[in-house]
Amino acid sequence: MLEFRKDIFADERDDNLLEIGQPTQRQDMLGHVTATSRYYDDHRFANLLHLKVLRSPHAHARIRSIDDSAAARAPGVKRIIRAADVPVNLNTLLSLMQFGKDDEPSLATDVVRYKGEPILGIVATSERAALEAMALVRISYDPLPAVFDVEEALKPGAPSVNPTYPKNTFEYHGKYDHQKLRFGDVDAAFAQADVVLEDRYQMSPIEHAPTETNGSIAVPDTNGRIVVYTSTQALFFSLDTAAKINALPSNQLHFIGGTVGGGFGGKVDTMTEPLAILAARLTGAPVRYRFSRHEEMQFGSPRGAERIYIKDGIMRDGRIIARQVRAYFDSGAYTRLSSYAVIKCAGHIPGPYTIPNVSADIYCVFTNRTPATAMRGFGVTAIDFAIECQMDKDAVAIGMDPLEFRMLNAYRDGDMKAHRREAKNCALIECAQVAAEKAQWPLRDEFRRMSSRQGGAARAGVTDRSRMPAPAVPPRVPASTTQRVTYERPMPAVSPAATPPPPPPTPPQPPAPAASGHGARRFSSVFGTRRR
Amino acid sequence: MKTPIQFRLNGEDVAAFVEGGANLLDTLREIVGDLSVKGGCWQGTCGTCTVLIDGVPRLSCITLAETCSGSSIETAAGLRRGSELHPLQIAFMERFAAQCGYCTPGMLMAAKALLDKNPNPTRQDVIEAISGNICRCTGYEPIINAVLDAAREHARSRA
Repeated sequence: MLEFRKDIFADERDDNLLEIGQPTQRQDMLGHVTATSRYYDDHRFANLLHLKVLRSPHAHARIRSIDDSAAARAPGVKRIIRAADVPVNLNTLLSLMQFGKDDEPSLATDVVRYKGEPILGIVATSERAALEAMALVRISYDPLPAVFDVEEALKPGAPSVNPTYPKNTFEYHGKYDHQKLRFGDVDAAFAQADVVLEDRYQMSPIEHAPTETNGSIAVPDTNGRIVVYTSTQALFFSLDTAAKINALPSNQLHFIGGTVGGGFGGKVDTMTEPLAILAARLTGAPVRYRFSRHEEMQFGSPRGAERIYIKDGIMRDGRIIARQVRAYFDSGAYTRLSSYAVIKCAGHIPGPYTIPNVSADIYCVFTNRTPATAMRGFGVTAIDFAIECQMDKDAVAIGMDPLEFRMLNAYRDGDMKAHRREAKNCALIECAQVAAEKAQWPLRDEFRRMSSRQGGAARAGVTDRSRMPAPAVPPRVPASTTQRVTYERPMPAVSPAATPPPPPPTPPQPPAPAASGHGARRFSSVFGTRRR
Repeated sequence: MKTPIQFRLNGEDVAAFVEGGANLLDTLREIVGDLSVKGGCWQGTCGTCTVLIDGVPRLSCITLAETCSGSSIETAAGLRRGSELHPLQIAFMERFAAQCGYCTPGMLMAAKALLDKNPNPTRQDVIEAISGNICRCTGYEPIINAVLDAAREHARSRA
């Protein structure tokens, strides 16, 4: 059951919340339980045509010839769509925000780069007629060497997957082949660490498998516009992408969506709308392009697979003094959104822990696999999995309780993150305390008294980048932070004026509400107010 | 060559001409116009298209329409009586047993088949009854709890 722990940071909150903490009924629930919610495919049109797409059976091959003459004459076929019919065939999703180069064709021209890549579309009076015509298409291929492993793809002489990025790495800022994070000096720290632990973590691609497959219906309107009913998770993003590929002003497209049969990130890639719109324009009729389950699995982008190496330098007293990460994101044959996932990953390293020496190199790598995309925290989930596995192994290596090990290294207010941003509004220690209490996990007294508000600020800094931040003079330990002597962690010299006294557990008076009137003061950095 | 078929759908007589090999899912959605039945895999693996044929849960995507002639078919569209919701529908609402809602019609029909046959199911009975229905977002716990709630409510209303 949901439980609000208002005793934590009680002096920083007001509780004039209207909706948070109150159960509320979803507005679409009645539609769902009466099966009257309208998904994209619950709209009906007279003379609806059906688009099916012929896909590559090869992971990497040159197309020598395509003979679709028999298919074009097959019963029910209205139109064959080839790459040359697509107004702007080459696109990359994030080109809408000027990020990355157009690298993925809507329909393949001369080379296919993954199994399932679309080659030509067949528009027919039924799905069955389209599929029967598809069986009559003759394509001759010259198979090319393929690469399926991210590190193999980076070796000299590896097959080049994507001609836009011939070195098999995405290009950042027009020149960098990966994302880099540097803080302190990891090599010097490893030399001083009591224990150095390195391990390798490998993720698998994961299919979102929404119960409703991707699809859309494009319907020519009498005013010249095209109305598109779609399963997309990203309505306006898809509209603009479809407008670009079709070389249409976006006001010629009217997208209707919002009721989505499961997405989880697998419906942001605008995979059906551009060709459905093109087919509707070429035939003048409403056209549905609906993935079969097989297409959803083979062609629908999965969560990308990441390979992550983590090397930690740890002291016997529990401090992590260095963390080095090398990670490779498998983007598949084209970019889609993995380039962005890499940036998220870089922003997440070294996890919610204060480590004075951090180094990371993260690559977005092209392979001959299905292009990867968003899925529930992509870019972060995998690195978190790797980091937390590593944290357990670190704790075991120095014989420390894994939860206390995390609490000892957790971000505290005032700590300097590896990205040279000050940690604010930290709460990991408090979360761990509540979790330990709920799980009846024994914590020692000093960990039960630990606070995110105390002890930060001097554990990692940008000014002293040469060595570990061991204070030259024995630190003055404020009475309120005596819990931290156990692990002989160097205590920061905190002036009492800079640190407010810890709040009483139950304030005698409720704190004065913020002038803004919203109830989210602790997490209010977006509103411009800060805790300190 | 089309074949005429007749069946009862949620208590009403229905007739349709179907292509040889047409499945019940497409027949209900495209010809009869019952859009409460959803397709998820079209290959008999996900349970989304579950309907009741003579009281038995069946996968309409792999059921030949022609074999349904003379049958009585129930879909989620027939669950409520006018504006009055079926106890399962109320319980699904109250238990947050639908998120995207796409598997919900099939879940409801699988659950109805269970409750029609066994008004006092155990938790294990419910789990087995919906074991052929895949849900990808809600999670199964709220659905199981909703079905158990509906069974209790049904028993109370009859008592």
